[in-house]
Amino acid sequence: MASPLVNSSPPEQTAAKTTVIALAGQPNVGKSTIFNMLTGLNQHVGNWPGKTVAQKTGTCTHDGQKFTLVDLPGTYSLTANSEEERIARDYIIHGRPDIVVAVVDAAILERSLYLVAELLLLPSPVVLALNMMDVAEQEGIKIEPQVLEAALGIPVVPLCAARGTGIQELIATVESLSAGEISCQPQRPTILPGHQAILEKIRALIEDSVPVPYQPAWVALKLLEGDDEMCTLMQDALPEAIWKQVHDLLYQHEDAILDIAGARYQWIGRMIRAAVVRPKVGQLGMTARLDSVLTHPVWGTVALLAVLGAVFWLTYTLGTPLQEWLGDLVALLAESTRGALAGMPTWFANLCADGIIGGAGMVVTFLPILIIFFAVLAILEDTGYMARIAYLTDRVMHTMGLHGKSFIPLLLGFGCNVPSILGTRIIETQRARLLTVLLAPLVPCTARMAVIIVLTPLFFGDMAGLVAWGLVAAALAILALLGILLHRVILKGEQVAFIMELPLYHLPNLRSIGLYVWHNTLAFLQKAGTIILGVSAIIWLLSYFPTGVVTESYLTLFGHWLEPVGRWMGLPWQMMTALLTSFIAKENTIATLSILYGDLETALPAALTPSAALAFLVVQLLFIPCVATVATIKQEVGNRWTLVSLLLLLGLSLGAGVLVYQVGTLLGA
Amino acid sequence: MIPLIQLQMGQSGMVRALHGGRRFVARLAALGFTPGAPVTIVRNNRFGPLIVTVRDTQIALGRGEAGRILVLLMEGQNGVTAG
Repeated sequence: MASPLVNSSPPEQTAAKTTVIALAGQPNVGKSTIFNMLTGLNQHVGNWPGKTVAQKTGTCTHDGQKFTLVDLPGTYSLTANSEEERIARDYIIHGRPDIVVAVVDAAILERSLYLVAELLLLPSPVVLALNMMDVAEQEGIKIEPQVLEAALGIPVVPLCAARGTGIQELIATVESLSAGEISCQPQRPTILPGHQAILEKIRALIEDSVPVPYQPAWVALKLLEGDDEMCTLMQDALPEAIWKQVHDLLYQHEDAILDIAGARYQWIGRMIRAAVVRPKVGQLGMTARLDSVLTHPVWGTVALLAVLGAVFWLTYTLGTPLQEWLGDLVALLAESTRGALAGMPTWFANLCADGIIGGAGMVVTFLPILIIFFAVLAILEDTGYMARIAYLTDRVMHTMGLHGKSFIPLLLGFGCNVPSILGTRIIETQRARLLTVLLAPLVPCTARMAVIIVLTPLFFGDMAGLVAWGLVAAALAILALLGILLHRVILKGEQVAFIMELPLYHLPNLRSIGLYVWHNTLAFLQKAGTIILGVSAIIWLLSYFPTGVVTESYLTLFGHWLEPVGRWMGLPWQMMTALLTSFIAKENTIATLSILYGDLETALPAALTPSAALAFLVVQLLFIPCVATVATIKQEVGNRWTLVSLLLLLGLSLGAGVLVYQVGTLLGA
Repeated sequence: MIPLIQLQMGQSGMVRALHGGRRFVARLAALGFTPGAPVTIVRNNRFGPLIVTVRDTQIALGRGEAGRILVLLMEGQNGVTAG
């Protein structure tokens, strides 16, 4: 990222310096689309320093002038109520961008100007990007940008970012403003007369102690709004006696926030009065017509099931064959590598072919499903339908302390747990997200289901179908119970307040979706991919050395060590070794068992009692997820929570296994 | 003054007060729930969140949250239920 500090170079050099633009806006106003349209592939996705919130920066060039763009987190206001809000305003105050582009949704102009009312109180000049002019028109709302510009006193640029119109005009306006060709003399919102006196009093008290670069008037207003961060800042900066006076004043006006927000909305009302022509009362916009079906308690659920069915159908008809084809390709590559390395020591050729190419191959075979998943996620989010899914499923998810937005990530975990963990990014609150990540590995993915489907008939014959359904139902019941337990006991934060905007529907922008898929896939390859590769090579080495025969390998030795644990579940060392290898990929369970037992159909039923067999199936369904999932968990929530997740699943799976075996044996099975 | 949750589908009320912690009030105020703002109920089933319209925006609200927003029922709307 370019240095956000104020550029101190002499004026004649300003033409050569890059202009830093911060993109600010509320959620769902199309800010990301504008960012993507301007920067394309010239963008970098990282995290804000020391934060878990994603930071997107990028560059673009217009008329030979270079611009650096910083995409601020989408926030409804600039009071430090959430990490996102703190980041957005800290960047504007401390980073001092040359220009702030405030993106608003023309179709909900009043609400989205609320953030602008806050932005105008900060030092950077503001350009208003009046986005979604097309959606506004579709909802029957007419806006005159010039009238709005005259009222606000800042440049206003109308756009339909999703269709690519207005983008060039926006950057041209930013350029003229930064070159001083046009001016920005904003009308600033005022506070209600009733609070003017008290605001002045606070300002006078703090004036001499406000640290640079804050402005006393702004700090006084934020104190009156009850802003935690500013309270702490001024408590430290002021002598104790003065802070006490300030604190007493604030205490007497605890409810000031409502009046301040009310005054901002009154100001907005004055700004837009002449510029907006609203539809006739009773005229339904497109969103209202769609929602009469899509949020209906019955038809909405039917529509949701249809959409989910289509998503799964797409994943299986498109993703699975591609995945198999890539798997075959990797196998072919592994064999030709083995051939090419024939002159080398056997172990080395095998390590390259099976350990490294096999591991890399596994990363590659995840790609088709991941790409489909990211595309689906982006489309659902971009069209506005994701919020409806969250609304419809909130009641069910609420019992587990989860937000309706946890539903889609968990559900798509049936395909694969990796995208399920990555998908938790759409959940706004950190706590709900963490809970979802902890629960996600309990959703049986296709690979686990494959193991169940292969093994269950061997043990239970005709009853296999029933047992398999029972196992899946049990896994989901455990997920729900664990959710309730974690929510009530361990992660007992505040009850998740459900306040969520249902954005207006609009057509998705292909470029935005493409870039979303591209960046997320790339991040997976870079971070999780390398871990998967490393671990799979190590496990391969353990299963190969010292003699090159699996039954004499270190891995088998570990399996023997685990025999005492296995005994509680009636499981011999072979089964424990199979569990260990399932860490690379769940399908490995079958491969390992074939190597250790030979003919599965006769050997397996003879080796295990029905109770032990059921215990094994339960353990394998609840066990530590595959390395790809673990690597993704680490990438998303860090080491500490990954460890918690691993211990939780290990304890849960072994505990359940022991319980099933012991109870089963008591009952004589 | 009655809690928003007691309004039926299609009815409107005018926001009078918000009950709850400072963060809760600040969040709702930013979304447009300020005294005097009209709110219309789009969905209010017996279970699950409500959908309301405030300042042209549709907001889904948990039942607990909707119980802490006090409104004045707007005239001529008594007992109106829309399908």
